[in-house]
Amino acid sequence: MLLLAIDTATPAIVSGVVELEDAGPPRVLAGEPVFAARSHAELLTPRLRAAATAAGVEFGEVDALVCGVGPGPFTGLRVGMVTAAALGHALGRPVHPVGTLDGVAAGVVSPGPFLVVSDARRREVYWSAHTSDGARVEGPGVARPDELREQLAAMPSATRPTHLVGNLRPPGDARGEGMAELADQLGLPLLGTAFPTPDGLVAAASAELRAGRPPAPLVPRYLRQPDAAEPRSPKRVSTP
Amino acid sequence: MTGASAEASALVLGIETSCDETGAGLVEVFGDGRVRLVADVVASSVEQHARFGGVVPEIASRAHLEALTPTVRRALVDAGCRLRDVDAIAVTAGPGLAGALMVGVAAAKAYAAAADKPLYGVNHLAGHVAVDALEHGPLPKPCLALLVSGGHTQLLLVEDVASSVREIGSTIDDAAGEAYDKVARLLDLPYPGGPPIDRLARAAGAAARDSIAFPRGLTGPRDSRHDFSFSGLKTAVARWVEGRRAAGEPVDVASVAASFQEAVADVLTAKAVRAAAELGVDTLVVSGGVAANSRLGELAAERCARAGIRLRVPPPRLCTDNGAMIAALGAHLVAAGAPPSAPGFGADPALPVGTVVVE
Ligand SMILES: [Zn+2]
Repeated sequence: MLLLAIDTATPAIVSGVVELEDAGPPRVLAGEPVFAARSHAELLTPRLRAAATAAGVEFGEVDALVCGVGPGPFTGLRVGMVTAAALGHALGRPVHPVGTLDGVAAGVVSPGPFLVVSDARRREVYWSAHTSDGARVEGPGVARPDELREQLAAMPSATRPTHLVGNLRPPGDARGEGMAELADQLGLPLLGTAFPTPDGLVAAASAELRAGRPPAPLVPRYLRQPDAAEPRSPKRVSTP
Repeated sequence: MTGASAEASALVLGIETSCDETGAGLVEVFGDGRVRLVADVVASSVEQHARFGGVVPEIASRAHLEALTPTVRRALVDAGCRLRDVDAIAVTAGPGLAGALMVGVAAAKAYAAAADKPLYGVNHLAGHVAVDALEHGPLPKPCLALLVSGGHTQLLLVEDVASSVREIGSTIDDAAGEAYDKVARLLDLPYPGGPPIDRLARAAGAAARDSIAFPRGLTGPRDSRHDFSFSGLKTAVARWVEGRRAAGEPVDVASVAASFQEAVADVLTAKAVRAAAELGVDTLVVSGGVAANSRLGELAAERCARAGIRLRVPPPRLCTDNGAMIAALGAHLVAAGAPPSAPGFGADPALPVGTVVVE
């Protein structure tokens, strides 16, 4: 099965062509991520085209699409989702939604249960908790590191994460990647920095794809309400 | 079938997401440059913004993501065609809300890539002008355009809508539609403010229009000739209403609405007609959401007739933001043989009026 994998919920613009056989892990035919936090709309479709060309594949030959639905910063997230939705419509192919953090977790090798995080801005992180084989047991949620530390402590000990993985800032960011500091705050050993990958995203949807199940609706995981305040009564303009 | 449709023609899909309307339209363009509306579907999030008294960008962006592919799907169904029958795609690249624009641009790129069609990233403001060709035939070159809506108030000199659009005046503070929304709030009327104020003003009759003397912004001898200002007017209305309330007197909402509306329509039409006369342009196009305002239409018709200027106002549903206007502009670009935009173009919230199509 030939798939296009898309995710724009992190600073990595993920655009890959992936082969999924009846058994075994998915294989990436083409599609290196590019890190460009504010250029998703500019770069995503050109990157997808380049990946298809590198893989020697026409869009029309693709059997289905897999798209990360967040959580992630909203503007970037929507670029990937609307791109996947429009490609699915234009090509007449199903679009399978997967959690962005699940797309990270699928590629993680961990000696125990682990926590996946990504940057939620405003000094918060998106997180989800996974068993050592990658299955999600809690989340996704959004929390400040100190809140997350408390939530971890309250989780059942059998599935409580013992390791940390994920991404906060892109490689080479002047402030550093930020993961070591978070690992300290949470008191968890760090497995490393990991972004969603084309094969990770496909792996997260592989059971559904192999079973030929129709996809769930493509709905973004915002986890936050829009910032909007109802107006107060108009302020006075005349001096009493 | 008309004679024109027998000629070679191209079908253009237009996608619009610059503010709170998700629009998809299809326009056919013939060899002689004539354009025909084929389909026009709009999904609006206006009701979700009502309680906030204005467009909330994040709410608009969320609504665009939900509505985009269903709207395009619907437009294709209405047109009785498939994406592969489309010859070119146009999308609003700006100006507008950044996050909202990005949804449309990303989707248009995906459609263009999947169907292997040329893509034009176009200027929303030029779209408001181009759309009139669907109703009233080819635009004379040059023409003057007055664009009035919740987001814009501009006078544009349009030498050629596909290549040469120049701003000669604009609001220096609030857009006309914004002034309507703010005055509606002062009067406890619903959002958006245009329709309820127009309704009250009409019902109040001609005498109510001059019952309160509200100021006309930027009309002094030393003021900028072609620019507009509505923030002083809004403040004057607020002061008048507060004065009444403070004195324990009733506020005659209809008189306020009618006098406010008169002040807006008076300035807009006086400046537009004067600019046309001064520039020697014989056609004025009035477009944008506020163009549907009854008093603006009346006064523009009266003053244009007196000055010997032809007035063109698109039908109300084409005046507000929609995909057909973007398709109509795309159709003009196709007819002019303009090169499509580069694959790496982005949304530009502050796209200058002069950039009709991004490179
Ligand atoms: Zn507009």
